[in-house]
Amino acid sequence: MKVKVLCRNPDDYVRETTRDIQRVPRNYDPTIHPFEVSREYTRALNATKLERIFAKPFVASLDGHRDGINCLAKHAKTLSVVLSGACDGEVKIWNLSKRECMRTIQAHEGFVRGICSRFCGSSFFTVGDDKTVKQWNMEPPGRGLQEEPLNTILGKAVYTGIDHHQTEGTFATCGQTVDIWDEQRSSPIRSFSWGVDSFSCVRYNPVETELLASCASDRSIILYDMRESAPLKKIIMQLRSNTLCWNPMEAYNFTCSNEDYNLYTYDMRRLDVPVTVHMDHVSAVLDVDYSPTGKEFVSASFDKTIRIFPKNSGHSREVYHTKRMQHVICVKWSADNKYILSGSDEMNIRLWKANASEKLGLLTPREKAALNYNQKLRDKFQHHPQVRRIARHRHLPRDLFKQKRELREMKEARRRKAQNVRKHSKPGSVPLVTEKEKHVVSVVE
Amino acid sequence: MRGWEACLSSSGRRDLLLRLLAGSRSVNERKSRKYTTKMAAPGGEAQTTAHVGKRRKRPRRYWEQTSKKYNSGGKSSDGAKQKAKKRRGDRRKKRKGGLSGEVESEDPKLCEQTQETGKKDNSGEKSSDGPKQKAKRRRVDRRKKRKGNLTVKVVSEDTSKKDNDGEKSVDGTKDTADENATKRSDAKFISGKVDPFPGEAPIPEERLRKFQRGNKFVVPEEIRSKLKDTLAKSQEAADLAQTQAARYDLLLTEDAGFLEGDEGEDTCTISQDDIAEAVDITSGSKYFNLRLTQFGPYRLDYSRTGRHLLLAGRRGHVTCIEWQTKNLMCEMNVMETVKDIKWLHSEAMFAVAQKKWLYIYDSNGTELHCIKKFNDVLRMQFLPYHFLLATASATGFLQYLDVSVGKEVAAINTKLGRLDVMAQNPYNAVIHLGHPNGTVSLWSPNQKEPLVKMLCHRGGVRSLTVDRTGTYMVTSGLDRKLKVYDIRAFKPLNSYFLPAGASCLSLSQRGLLSASTGDIVQVYRDVWGSGPMTKPYMAHRVRGTVWGVGYCPFEDVLGVGHAEGFTSMIVPGAGEPNFDALDMNPYRSTKQRQEWEVKALLEKVQPELISLDPGLLGKVDKATFEQKHKERVETLGYDPLAVEKFKPRMRKRGRSAAGAVEKRKKKVAHEDQRDVIRKSVKERMEKEKEKKRKDSAKEQLGEKTALDRFKK
Repeated sequence: MKVKVLCRNPDDYVRETTRDIQRVPRNYDPTIHPFEVSREYTRALNATKLERIFAKPFVASLDGHRDGINCLAKHAKTLSVVLSGACDGEVKIWNLSKRECMRTIQAHEGFVRGICSRFCGSSFFTVGDDKTVKQWNMEPPGRGLQEEPLNTILGKAVYTGIDHHQTEGTFATCGQTVDIWDEQRSSPIRSFSWGVDSFSCVRYNPVETELLASCASDRSIILYDMRESAPLKKIIMQLRSNTLCWNPMEAYNFTCSNEDYNLYTYDMRRLDVPVTVHMDHVSAVLDVDYSPTGKEFVSASFDKTIRIFPKNSGHSREVYHTKRMQHVICVKWSADNKYILSGSDEMNIRLWKANASEKLGLLTPREKAALNYNQKLRDKFQHHPQVRRIARHRHLPRDLFKQKRELREMKEARRRKAQNVRKHSKPGSVPLVTEKEKHVVSVVE
Repeated sequence: MRGWEACLSSSGRRDLLLRLLAGSRSVNERKSRKYTTKMAAPGGEAQTTAHVGKRRKRPRRYWEQTSKKYNSGGKSSDGAKQKAKKRRGDRRKKRKGGLSGEVESEDPKLCEQTQETGKKDNSGEKSSDGPKQKAKRRRVDRRKKRKGNLTVKVVSEDTSKKDNDGEKSVDGTKDTADENATKRSDAKFISGKVDPFPGEAPIPEERLRKFQRGNKFVVPEEIRSKLKDTLAKSQEAADLAQTQAARYDLLLTEDAGFLEGDEGEDTCTISQDDIAEAVDITSGSKYFNLRLTQFGPYRLDYSRTGRHLLLAGRRGHVTCIEWQTKNLMCEMNVMETVKDIKWLHSEAMFAVAQKKWLYIYDSNGTELHCIKKFNDVLRMQFLPYHFLLATASATGFLQYLDVSVGKEVAAINTKLGRLDVMAQNPYNAVIHLGHPNGTVSLWSPNQKEPLVKMLCHRGGVRSLTVDRTGTYMVTSGLDRKLKVYDIRAFKPLNSYFLPAGASCLSLSQRGLLSASTGDIVQVYRDVWGSGPMTKPYMAHRVRGTVWGVGYCPFEDVLGVGHAEGFTSMIVPGAGEPNFDALDMNPYRSTKQRQEWEVKALLEKVQPELISLDPGLLGKVDKATFEQKHKERVETLGYDPLAVEKFKPRMRKRGRSAAGAVEKRKKKVAHEDQRDVIRKSVKERMEKEKEKKRKDSAKEQLGEKTALDRFKK
């Protein structure tokens, strides 16, 4: 007779001393792990719930301005420094890690319309309602010295926006015309105009650095090449675009924020139809900024919210609002892809997390592993109705909620009407116009 | 036997493991490493070679060259196995003799000598060389000779050996030798031997299949590239998980038990006493009897860890034992008839079906709840992942109690009479009920009707059980038949006639079936195997009529409750040898148990998810999608997912552009520069060649030091 009976030595399974870690022998045989899918689903559901519980995006509020914030700019080299210009002509420089104001400059009389940092981060430019462009040193003046601009250029008309070239000493302003300036000269080296009276925004392409785009008040978006004497192309939309932002990773894509509550992402090579129409705001969109990864962008709206959109999705993934935040005028995504800054009418700059449920600070390896696992679970089960319902839910203030519902009803009614018209007219006589095609009037080359 | 096993696990198995886990590493390298660590090669090099991790280039060692020569010389027309054996033997010899010399002196000459002796050894063995081998040997000899020219004189033994072999030695001139030397250094061989196990160690197909989840997904051609990437990536991840799990199988420490009779001896004739005597003391103590004559017959339940045992006599005796240490946790008499007893999720609580109501006690015997919604319960099953206690009552009700929140989840009136035969399917948490009319019905809490009703026996169903993979169901009926069903296809597989019929059935983790007839407990093996079983694997007679049987999880133990008490018998090969500590750990501490409880509660599966296919949640719901899409098309008035018909663009520009015309005119690009380019490339190649040759010559001439290996 040969016999062997299972007999385990407890020493192999129990830790030797209490200072040891516990022994955890594993066996991955699927038969001793029943209900894999349903248990994993339960975990995913829990992970989704936890994510919503931990979603506390608001980090800090920077107060100190004495009027609404009109423009924001990131420091080109330092993560923790942010510049803001207010409606009373004051410019403040903030230290984000300390959450305090480092410097205050009375830069202009009237609004500060635009602000941008030089690519090297040594100085910054402001434009204001007093028809001047001023260059300021990023370093504060010595003790007892007055805040004096390095350079002041007095122009003929009001400037409404400014942006600096990525690598060279040139910058662009917009106002009655789009002007390209050399830092060394007091008159523009180039001036573009295309039958428009005023522009609201001009932006350099961060990749193809000689390219520019601007939004004009005649509902058009105009593209320029700095090396040429005439503008390149023009799209005319149904309503005016307020600002635009280039995708920092895809040189040919840009997104514009429009007065018709939507944002539009365009491919520069095919302007006749936007790539995506981003809807969700219930009022005019005032500002937009891309994340440094180019995968998402943030938009600020007159409806007192900021929303985060994936670049190729029609609807936002996140909405931020507080009871006190008023119309949000400007918004910026920080260069480390972690934070969002918003400046609003009620004189505050707010700092938000870009990922609402992210834990700030150092993570232990176990925490990191758990977070990654949860993220993967959520991804895996994202299309299950329960998981999706929880993940999508966002609380909205009552007014916004109502407005949203109202807009939806209106849209539905319009769609129904169009469908009825189509149904009762000759087949083919009322063409189907998709949402994307609706908003572009024409493209001029 | 244990000693032998230990030996295997310490050296042999570890070596095997190393080989399998680090499959890509060459065997030679490994051998040489082992060799150095054991022998402490010259200049304390042993430490440096025992280097684990990825490395680009190894420094060359003299013994590698030895082995190369040796190996290539040792080829004979013997079978591969024999050759390997020979090689091994020779190497051992060499280690014994030759290496002691090496340790003493770092002189390369001496090493050379040892090589030669090694070579000589097996040159004697060469008897029937094929032409191929001969050629090879010749080559080797030539190389050796060259080496002699380059570095030191050939040792006299070498030449004499050559003479012995009777081979024509080829004298190379100095410069040809030089050229060959450069060639050799270009080849960058580590040792001359080819890795006999190249690449990753293969995993047996069968083991891989064990960890396969579903079929491989075939990516259709027409889908978008991004989705294709995602699918490919997830498939890759799944494959990786599968192979890693399959590789991990090797690390499992315990082997299953077994019982084999001598020649002509049936295992079923071996008595428990013999087994208990033959095995070690700890295992032997697992065979014991509890004589409890007053309150029997007894029902029993083992906890999921297999450490705790519950006994319930019909006349009210309830005990709770830590059975391995024989430590009594509680004992009481509830002064009522007890129909059934079950552990809840941990050993802290258990449920007792008493005369009228269902009671819940803690492990000290304190009554926690009396649940009056559950009356006349005859049988109970606990679904551990759902935290559900399913009860079948004399009134024909099947009720589910969620023990984590204390709520009744479902009460189903089966309308099938008294329910005293019950089993759960551990694979999908479906409850199986046996009925007096010979049917077995399958139930989930989400449906008032049975999921399936199958006629299994001509008489009533006496007992049934389901295996843990959810594939097979074994039933026994009053028609004295024992039947095995495939419950995925609902088809009978085997049917056996037992003269006395079986009253209690139970399946172990490894698929041993125990069936009791009267006071005899029989254990069957390969119940659903290919051939029909003829004899039981084991048999044991207990003192009274058997009332309840149950296998202890993770142990080779079968508990039998009968009229005269309780018997714990040893059934080798019953229990799963390797547990997963994150799922169920018999050796868990209190802290671990608490931790486990929290985790288990967090991932409690909702009762709504109980269905015949537990993987339903992971499948694509095409029907709902189609329905939704249809509705969407109706409301929108057009199909948003319709693929637009391809319209070729009219290309007006491009062909006539000046650049394109110019390009077309040229016909062949850079035709005029071709000669120049060719020339310069040739020059550069020659230069490089020259440089390499110089370098290698330097390497050959220069003295070797221990520091050489750090040079690039």
